[in-house]
Amino acid sequence: MPDLFTLLTDFTIRNVTLGAMLLGVSSGVLGSFAVLRKQSLLGDMLSHAALPGICLGFIIVGSRQLLPLLVGALISGTAAALFMLLLINRSRLKTDAAIGSALSFFFAIGIVLLTYIQSNPNANQAGLTSFLFGQAASIVPTDLWILGSISLVALSIVLLFWKEFKVVTFDIQFAATLGFPTAFLEIVLTSMVALAVVMGLQFVGVILMAAMIIAPAVAARQWTERLELMVFLAALFGALSGMVGAIISALARGLATGPVIVLCASFIVLISLLFAPNRGLLWASLETQRQHNALRSRQVLGNLYKLSLEHKNPAYRVEESMMNVYYGFNTRGIFGRLEARGFIKQSSHMPEEGRHWELTNQGMSEAKAFLSSLGQAELADV
Amino acid sequence: MSMPNSSHEPNLALHVEDLTVSYSSKPVLWDIDLDIPPGVLAAIVGPNGAGKSTLIKTVLGLIKPAAGHVYIYGKPYEKQRSIVGYVPQRSSVDWDFPTTAIDVVTMGLYGRLGWLKRPGKAEKQQAEEALTQVGMQDFAHRQISQLSGGQQQRVFLARALVQQADIYFMDEPMAGVDATTERAIINLLRNLRNQGKTVIVVHHDLSTVTSYFDWMLFLNVRTIAQGHVNDVYNAENLRAAYGDKVALLNQNPLSQNPGSALEPESTP
Repeated sequence: MPDLFTLLTDFTIRNVTLGAMLLGVSSGVLGSFAVLRKQSLLGDMLSHAALPGICLGFIIVGSRQLLPLLVGALISGTAAALFMLLLINRSRLKTDAAIGSALSFFFAIGIVLLTYIQSNPNANQAGLTSFLFGQAASIVPTDLWILGSISLVALSIVLLFWKEFKVVTFDIQFAATLGFPTAFLEIVLTSMVALAVVMGLQFVGVILMAAMIIAPAVAARQWTERLELMVFLAALFGALSGMVGAIISALARGLATGPVIVLCASFIVLISLLFAPNRGLLWASLETQRQHNALRSRQVLGNLYKLSLEHKNPAYRVEESMMNVYYGFNTRGIFGRLEARGFIKQSSHMPEEGRHWELTNQGMSEAKAFLSSLGQAELADV
Repeated sequence: MSMPNSSHEPNLALHVEDLTVSYSSKPVLWDIDLDIPPGVLAAIVGPNGAGKSTLIKTVLGLIKPAAGHVYIYGKPYEKQRSIVGYVPQRSSVDWDFPTTAIDVVTMGLYGRLGWLKRPGKAEKQQAEEALTQVGMQDFAHRQISQLSGGQQQRVFLARALVQQADIYFMDEPMAGVDATTERAIINLLRNLRNQGKTVIVVHHDLSTVTSYFDWMLFLNVRTIAQGHVNDVYNAENLRAAYGDKVALLNQNPLSQNPGSALEPESTP
């Protein structure tokens, strides 16, 4: 197992890590808009549809040169997107079915072409299958320059047209009435997603590339309510997945880089879905529990108050075990919380008969306020 | 009801000629002629599927008509964009979008800002003023999904207010809001009208048409009737627009509360 120093100085590993981080940043930023525009699956379709283009590029050029293959990928991705739009606009298919149809149709063509190429003896075909799951180790410095330039252009466009992209994503019809060319802006956003997908094919492959579009954005959305911060976090999560994935797969030789990168991104999504404040599942269930407890406390307080009214005794004492029977659950926690807030106090009355509670003045006014807020003012006015 | 057409009708806030829209072979709007004078608070009223939203969207160029022309203060919409404000249906956007109330309001200024320019202090101040006008100043930095339906509607209105338009199109601004918000909204619309602006509203509640609006259009694919509310709001036109549903009306004195006799229309 190589040590960290070897890792950082190893030429290939450094290239792969840098490339994966660049990819993570771009796909995170562009994926944010795709996810907010409810086009998560568009990335999936674009990446699957890239395969026939890659194969055709190979058949035409006859060798595994990166640029022709990527151009092929872009062309077939675009063709699939147009096919999908045609299905949505001209048939009765809904968007999800149209995406699914276009995806499987183009991917099937790709696989057929791939098997056709493999059946013909040609020394250059080796490595073409690597586009299925990506082969990060084949990255050379020239690729990094291409990746870097594409990322820079995409990020600059997003920065320049930030407010236009924002209004188109949030409310496209309103954006149109403001005079913005919404169709053009949508095409730009979609094309940039396609570009990010094509960039990622070498690393992650056509099958898993959609994860790099969706995962960082979905994770980022959990942590913030600001678009700026969401896009920034998505870039950060994307870069982090790329870096950690590349390093892990380098440390444990034999693990494919692409899937490990996707696993890292998915792990970040899992953490975010569970633990993010406000939107996280854990937070939500704690909040539900808290509200539940608050409601029960108020019920108990209200009933203590009603009992004291019925007995015409403000300091009427209620036995805790009686309340347990009445409610069918242990009320100790609730009484404890009410006591902590100063609404009730434990009375010294007949301690051998179990704990007894009576309302404090503060508890009295809290119960009145609660009951009148429920429209039971006639009880509260007494 | 259509007037003899002079070329452009610059004295009308909205002039629509022979407008026809169809999604498939069935027309959604058929041969609409419509004239709305400036400075009125106008309601577009009609049953579900009457094409009320489609009419507004077509006027605003969001839907391409099969035929017809639209003039706003005498000129085509494309030339008058800067004096037109729009409040879409609240349900037309995803309120879980990661942004704040004041940011949404600021979007109303994006058109005037133009490309590449970022909203600055002046824009922020305008947005704050608009939020104050709709009573939402305390919610400026609230995430929009945490707002109630009525509050979200007010944010949309504030976004239209910063546009400082001369003519406003609003798609069911009072659908699904509480009574307080509805009162606040109608007061706001009246203020706009009193400032000489024209406000055209898709409205779903027949019981409030006469008290809220001074101009109205009965629409059901075709123009049924248009004009001053007092001249147009009668049993004959109601029946023509709503068909059989309105038969019940005959048993009630029309001027009292016709809305109670009708199915309240829900937002699609």
